[in-house]
Amino acid sequence: MLAFTVRRLGQFLATLIAASLVVFLALEVLPGDAAQILLGVEATEETLAALRRQLGLDEPAMSRYVAWIAGLATGELGTSHIYGTPIAEMLGDRLAISLPLAALAFAISTAIALPLGVFAATRRGRLGDWLVIGFAQIGLAAPNFWFGVLLILIFAVTLGWFASGGFPGWEAGFWPALQALLLPALALALSEAAILARVVRSAMLETLGEDYIRTARAKGLSGRRVLFGHALRNAMIPVATILGLQFAFLVMGAVIVENVFYLPGVGRLLLQAIFQRDLVVVRDLVLLLSGFVILVNLLVDLAYGAIDPRPRPAA
Amino acid sequence: MMNRPGALLAAALCAAVPLVGGLAATDAAAQAKTSVVIGMTLEPPHLDPTAGAAAAIDEVVYANLFEGLTRIDESGAVRPALAESWEISEDGTTYRFTLREGVTFHDGASFEAEDVVFSLERIRAEGTENAQKDLYAAIESVEAEDARTVVVELSQPQGDLLWRLGWGDAVIVDPASAETNKTDPVGTGPFAFDGRVQGDLIRLTRFEDYWGEPAALERATFRFIPDAAAQVAALLAGDIDAFPNIGAPETVARFEADPRFEVAVGTTEGETILSMNHRRAPWNDVRVRRAIQHAIDRRALIDLAMIGFGTPIGSHFAPHHPAYIDLTDTAPYDPEKARELLAAAGVETPIKAVIKLPPPTYARRGGEVLAAQLKAVGIELELVPVEWGQWLAEVFRDPWDFDFTIVSHTEPLDIGIYARADYYFGYDDPDFQAHIAELEVEAEPERRQELLVEAQEMIADSQVNGFLFQLAKVGVQAAGLEGLWRNAPIQANDLTAVRWE
Repeated sequence: MLAFTVRRLGQFLATLIAASLVVFLALEVLPGDAAQILLGVEATEETLAALRRQLGLDEPAMSRYVAWIAGLATGELGTSHIYGTPIAEMLGDRLAISLPLAALAFAISTAIALPLGVFAATRRGRLGDWLVIGFAQIGLAAPNFWFGVLLILIFAVTLGWFASGGFPGWEAGFWPALQALLLPALALALSEAAILARVVRSAMLETLGEDYIRTARAKGLSGRRVLFGHALRNAMIPVATILGLQFAFLVMGAVIVENVFYLPGVGRLLLQAIFQRDLVVVRDLVLLLSGFVILVNLLVDLAYGAIDPRPRPAA
Repeated sequence: MMNRPGALLAAALCAAVPLVGGLAATDAAAQAKTSVVIGMTLEPPHLDPTAGAAAAIDEVVYANLFEGLTRIDESGAVRPALAESWEISEDGTTYRFTLREGVTFHDGASFEAEDVVFSLERIRAEGTENAQKDLYAAIESVEAEDARTVVVELSQPQGDLLWRLGWGDAVIVDPASAETNKTDPVGTGPFAFDGRVQGDLIRLTRFEDYWGEPAALERATFRFIPDAAAQVAALLAGDIDAFPNIGAPETVARFEADPRFEVAVGTTEGETILSMNHRRAPWNDVRVRRAIQHAIDRRALIDLAMIGFGTPIGSHFAPHHPAYIDLTDTAPYDPEKARELLAAAGVETPIKAVIKLPPPTYARRGGEVLAAQLKAVGIELELVPVEWGQWLAEVFRDPWDFDFTIVSHTEPLDIGIYARADYYFGYDDPDFQAHIAELEVEAEPERRQELLVEAQEMIADSQVNGFLFQLAKVGVQAAGLEGLWRNAPIQANDLTAVRWE
């Protein structure tokens, strides 16, 4: 197990370095520069050149890459070209919204999908199953920004229970902050839950057909113990894979949902930074998000071992 | 009006609400409030109007936080601000400003003649971040004669110097706080900065030691909502009191029908044009350009792309300006004539061309409409959507890789761009350049007027670009909110006169 973990960690680092190169090169070929965007169309050549020098945009690509990686290694993320504030500070503020949002959405989608998927599997072909499949179909087809607008329409515009968007900040208290995240998390969670419910259902159906389930039943175990002790545990392997993948989708979905609910999170920052060619922010953000996704995949890999000892390598 | 393509969600949201009714928004607006929440589409990167060109900076700070020697009012006229009065020498090269007394900055520092000297010198300094440095290029020296008098010497007369000094780029800052204005702005205006949540909002509070008439509002919040559907929802939910520039014009009909809201349609300085690349044949042929103008049905374009908001223009000039003349008949919509002109110019149709479209609705939707109109005369456009960063790098700068683009030129009184041979559309006409040079140094109002009229005619005759329409300012605000600008002679949300009924 230790060797396996160490090897996976090594792969994690290598993937991260490869990702940093891809991110950097992709941004190099992107047309447009921050100085022109900051100074607009009327700026003189001289002013533009001065700003480029000040932002370090006139350095060769290689030395900028090395400086970036060296900065990351020492925890020095630099300053945003557009906002003029330290990137580390900005990331902290934004993550304080996006991480709880993703976690909340993750929790909601799992809480909806697991029971629904198991329920549908046990009612295969009956009305309950059809209803769950129908929900999953709608959830898959409807994009999360549409859910977002629908939720705003119902709960903010008509009922007035929630604000239509924005974030009061955690300093406003736990409940007001959580309330601001609830609708966006729900909007994010619904489509994720739809995918997950289908995976849980089919994984359950597969394991319920296995020989060891029949054996367990033949031993005289109760239906509930067979279902949760044997079938669900074994069905968790594909489910864990999907959960890992879904984290990446949550991050992507956050970009859109944060715009609909005007939440100042990481997704919104990423979008603004790309449009304004604040590339020092974009590269840190993209690397951070890739790091998260790679990390989650690593955790999923490690979790396989806990769920099912079989994939553990012999040597 | 509603069944147009695009921004469907926003429209759907509008259509759905009357059925379920809106309960939340009414009360908040009805009471006599002393605070206001203003919605904006774009967030300012920082808050120093003397650095950078983002219009969103001025839309928050102009006249609210920062003031210049002069200011521009809702009608576009120049008014005294930190300068109480001024004298101009006979030859138009010396300006003697008398400064207002009893003015303090938000941090308590007093406003002195030295601050004016510092601020104006700073625009022209080496390594300046001022995006409009050229506007003040004629200033040769700035000196404080005494604590209340500043003398500005020009290298040549400049007819509109007072107007230029009214721009956000020339506001007066305190040397002590100038470097930190980006994150912690300190000005002399009726509102002081009270905090920012990046990506979300900026708060202002009334400055109690303001030299002039105090603002009626005690607090003001600017909130940034990029998504058109979210803008509508925020207004309907009562979370936003006013959106001075609403993102999706198709949502306006719904607000017009709702007594809780008022719709304010005004003008802007945005001449929206179909720019043509004069560095490429056949667009450098005036016959071809005239043919293109004949192929454009401006009214249909405005109706389809802008849901009817916008005023047709026939040259590069704002219809609300006193010197404006209507030149839309120079090359009226006439596809038959267009085809004849193309044939006469030896253009073999169908001819293919690339049109690059930046993000705003006027460009993306306008491009689709123009493609259909030009196709009817044998010009087939390939629509290439670009975002601003790309547009600046590929279209606005060398290599000028485009045949056409659609852009709204929002700088006020910017007909002078046609005198720059190195400008992105590449129009090089020595006669016009000489004409603008004459205008630059002319201070006599009547002569200036004549020169401006002639300038409009010259570029209309040469049909330099396809002249489409003047961009409208379409705002939605809660009923009872008064004093917001209807027109936008400069990009600003002046809150000094805003109050609740």
